[in-house]
Amino acid sequence: MSAIARWLDSDVAYSFRRSPVALMAALVLAIILAGAVLAPWIAPHNPLDLASLNLMDSRIPPVWDAEGQRSFPLGTDDQGRDILSGIMYGVRISLVIGVASVIFAIVAGIAVGLLAGYAGGVLDAVLMRVADIQLTFPAILIALLVDGVVTAALPQEMHERLKTQVLIFSIGISFWPQFARTVRGSTLVERGREYVMAARVIGLSSGRIMLTHILPNVLGPVFVIGTLTLGLAILSEATLSFLGVGLPPSSPSVGTLIRIGNDFLFSGEWWMTIFPGLTLVLLVLSINLLGDWLRDALNPKLR
Amino acid sequence: MNVLDVENLTVEFPTRRGVLRALDHVSFSIAPGEVLGVVGESGAGKSLTGAAIIGLLEPPGRIGGGQVLLQGHRIDDLPYEKMRRIRGKQIGAIFQDPLTTLNPLYSVGRQLIETMQTHLPLSNADARLRAVRWLEDVGIPAAKQRIDAYPHEFSGGMRQRVVIALALCAEPRLVIADEPTTALDVSIQAQVIALLRRLTQERGLSVMLITHDMGVIAEAADRIAVMYAGRVVEIGGVAEVVRHPSHPYTVGLMGSIPVLDARVERLRQIEGAMPRLNAMPPGCPFNPRCPRTFDRCRDERPELMPARQTAAACWLYA
Amino acid sequence: MTETRTILEAIEVTRTFDVSRPWLQRTLAGEGRRVLRAVDAVSFAVTLGRTLSLVGESGCGKSTVGRLAVGLYAPSGGEIRFEGQNLSAARAQPALRRRTNMIFQDPYASLNPRWRVSDIVAEPIRAFRLLKGRDVQDRVGQLLTQVGLSPRDGEKYPHEFSGGQRQRVSIARALSSEPEFLVCDEPTSALDVSVQAQILNLMRDLQERMQITYLFISHNLAVVRHMSNLLGVMYLGRIVEYGPGESIFGNPRHPYTRLLLDAIPDIGMAGGTNSRARAPIGGEVPSPISPPSGCTFHPRCPLANARCRAEVPRHTLDGDVLAACHAVEEGRGA
Repeated sequence: MSAIARWLDSDVAYSFRRSPVALMAALVLAIILAGAVLAPWIAPHNPLDLASLNLMDSRIPPVWDAEGQRSFPLGTDDQGRDILSGIMYGVRISLVIGVASVIFAIVAGIAVGLLAGYAGGVLDAVLMRVADIQLTFPAILIALLVDGVVTAALPQEMHERLKTQVLIFSIGISFWPQFARTVRGSTLVERGREYVMAARVIGLSSGRIMLTHILPNVLGPVFVIGTLTLGLAILSEATLSFLGVGLPPSSPSVGTLIRIGNDFLFSGEWWMTIFPGLTLVLLVLSINLLGDWLRDALNPKLR
Repeated sequence: MNVLDVENLTVEFPTRRGVLRALDHVSFSIAPGEVLGVVGESGAGKSLTGAAIIGLLEPPGRIGGGQVLLQGHRIDDLPYEKMRRIRGKQIGAIFQDPLTTLNPLYSVGRQLIETMQTHLPLSNADARLRAVRWLEDVGIPAAKQRIDAYPHEFSGGMRQRVVIALALCAEPRLVIADEPTTALDVSIQAQVIALLRRLTQERGLSVMLITHDMGVIAEAADRIAVMYAGRVVEIGGVAEVVRHPSHPYTVGLMGSIPVLDARVERLRQIEGAMPRLNAMPPGCPFNPRCPRTFDRCRDERPELMPARQTAAACWLYA
Repeated sequence: MTETRTILEAIEVTRTFDVSRPWLQRTLAGEGRRVLRAVDAVSFAVTLGRTLSLVGESGCGKSTVGRLAVGLYAPSGGEIRFEGQNLSAARAQPALRRRTNMIFQDPYASLNPRWRVSDIVAEPIRAFRLLKGRDVQDRVGQLLTQVGLSPRDGEKYPHEFSGGQRQRVSIARALSSEPEFLVCDEPTSALDVSVQAQILNLMRDLQERMQITYLFISHNLAVVRHMSNLLGVMYLGRIVEYGPGESIFGNPRHPYTRLLLDAIPDIGMAGGTNSRARAPIGGEVPSPISPPSGCTFHPRCPLANARCRAEVPRHTLDGDVLAACHAVEEGRGA
């Protein structure tokens, strides 16, 4: 059987086909992803190309409105940028930052968790107390704090150039404790298993045991939490951008679009903020629903 | 009249690859005062049989056919609430791990008293008095003082004694004991088996003793039912089944047990392993491992039939 | 087997574990450190090609001895010598470390679920760089055949096997470093009896063919009798009786050994005739954190007197058996 056929035959795939919620969520996510990934080719306009903007096109309502224009399906903002194109490019940026910061949090969390769980003792106690302390603060506060400190520490022209990286770092830092705690817990269980003892009897080094034996067996829960955290990370980025400490309007993420639109919400130009907001809700909701499904599908007790 | 009659009991598990038959036409009965040992290897269906009888099958498992009669009355089709009253009142259950049976939040005395008062008309004072007597009866030292102790304050062996008291205190007719000694040390095992044997004999109770330990069965049971792949393959008196087994599987099983009295060079072994539920061979389920298979075994399924001193599901005795 | 070379020797080995609660809780509750003496001054010797069995109830320290013997734990006192060298020095040399391996109890936990069987069996070969490239796979196939599996089984993952088959994989892995000495920690207690017979027969075949030495740890006296030449009966961290299996089973000296033998249900008892007199031992094993004074068995012993409560018995030789019992020493035993 090929790998694909085997996967299609697996219990996880079966449970996926049987779950209408998971199917719907996957469909919505697929549409949003396709729009984001293919934006440079299918978006009606390029919102990053300042030269193509025309102030004459500003504040046009969606196409179904009497004043709407066909070339701007969801209307335009105050600069004359197409909302739909803005969303497509914005989701790209939001996703890149979300995925990258979750990967950062996963890598840091796994490293800390494996080390703490396998070594135990003082190292474990210190690392886990740090994680505990950080968990008492809301993640967004940590991200704000780290973002502020890093931005202040870097020279002006550098932090403008590295804004995306700084954002990824700040959001990633705010989520590592969840991963570290989960990985540590699984590591404690796996470390006592006899297959790890078998590896110790033949004298393998601790590093090799951690990487080749324990790591593959603690990844399951990490994937589930990773999916759920992705939703949170995208929201964190949107929140930071909404607060104005995120990405500048020159490279707008979904959060930036919502903030820009927010200023015009009460003057009647509701489409500027509602459409990006709706996209954000659908994106995060479908990721979370998929994460919930994944958690149940991988939990043998619920099967 | 028999205390328990199980007739053609069939238990199924619907899965996405079709319905798996975990118990296939299991039949046996238990007479008043009799201890029936049910033995078999893991996956043979012995615990499932116990669970099906007391109506505690884990979903999606379901009874797919046959019937269970308790003192002549059908109980397999009763609604949940009625079955719950029968459990405890007429059937007592003892499980392998005492910690899953005892509620950690209540004292053992309270659990005994509540069980008794649910099923018997007893005043609080009487119930407490009886609870103390039960604890003394199962050999808990200083029962009067320990009645208000919590399960975690007892050792494993003592806890299993409390579980036995809990199973017997509502005066059931039948006790289903599922691996009651497996979690215990050898020296404690002997104590618990002796206790179970004494209490049930004194009260004339019937016992269905489920275990994988042939030694325990040999010591405690009057009759043995040997299960293999969801079927009863041999049933008969304990001495007959142990000393003169008829079914080739039982012969192999008995020969594979190392004994204390003599050191043999090689243990008899049955090649291979029990078939999985989704890969049951046609005909007799034991035929791929059996040293005496012939054509009929591969095509037709044998029912229990008289075989020398026992009854065996084997074409050798047709 | 004229050669009687000692492979592994334990000299007065003690192992303690700190089971105190965490520092903060301990300080708040005002209690001191608590130390569990899992193994207490245990001595034994394993000779080439023979089997020494350690038998006892849970908490008697037999598994700890097994782990000490392969270096998973370091002794807190005493010394373990492997081929005449201190064990930790011996384990620092791959050539000596390779000669010991271990078989575990739980066939479900002892194989990494994410690894293919061929990689599991090959791990020691690769770790000790015994073979390279194609030769590794050939050797894995050979090992799988040796334990009664097919070389093609190497492609599969552990969950595709039954308990007995997994234990065969475990044995193949243990054999792949070409060891002379195997520690077997309850290798069959998670298996059904018919499968247990397969595994025990396999282990004895391998011993005959390859002169493997076993340290066999079990709670099952009948299995131990079947497997061993030499026997140590453990109770609360001490070896209370030590000698040739035939002598101990024929004439147990220590009251604990006797009671243990009496307590085993046996299929010979079927039907009530021909039963060995069976007297359950009273009481339960005390906590090893606060063991009884003197001889730790005295609260359960029918022969206990004042001396047993006060004084730890020393091993004395009776025939070819060492027993740690005042009653045996004084001749009150029989």
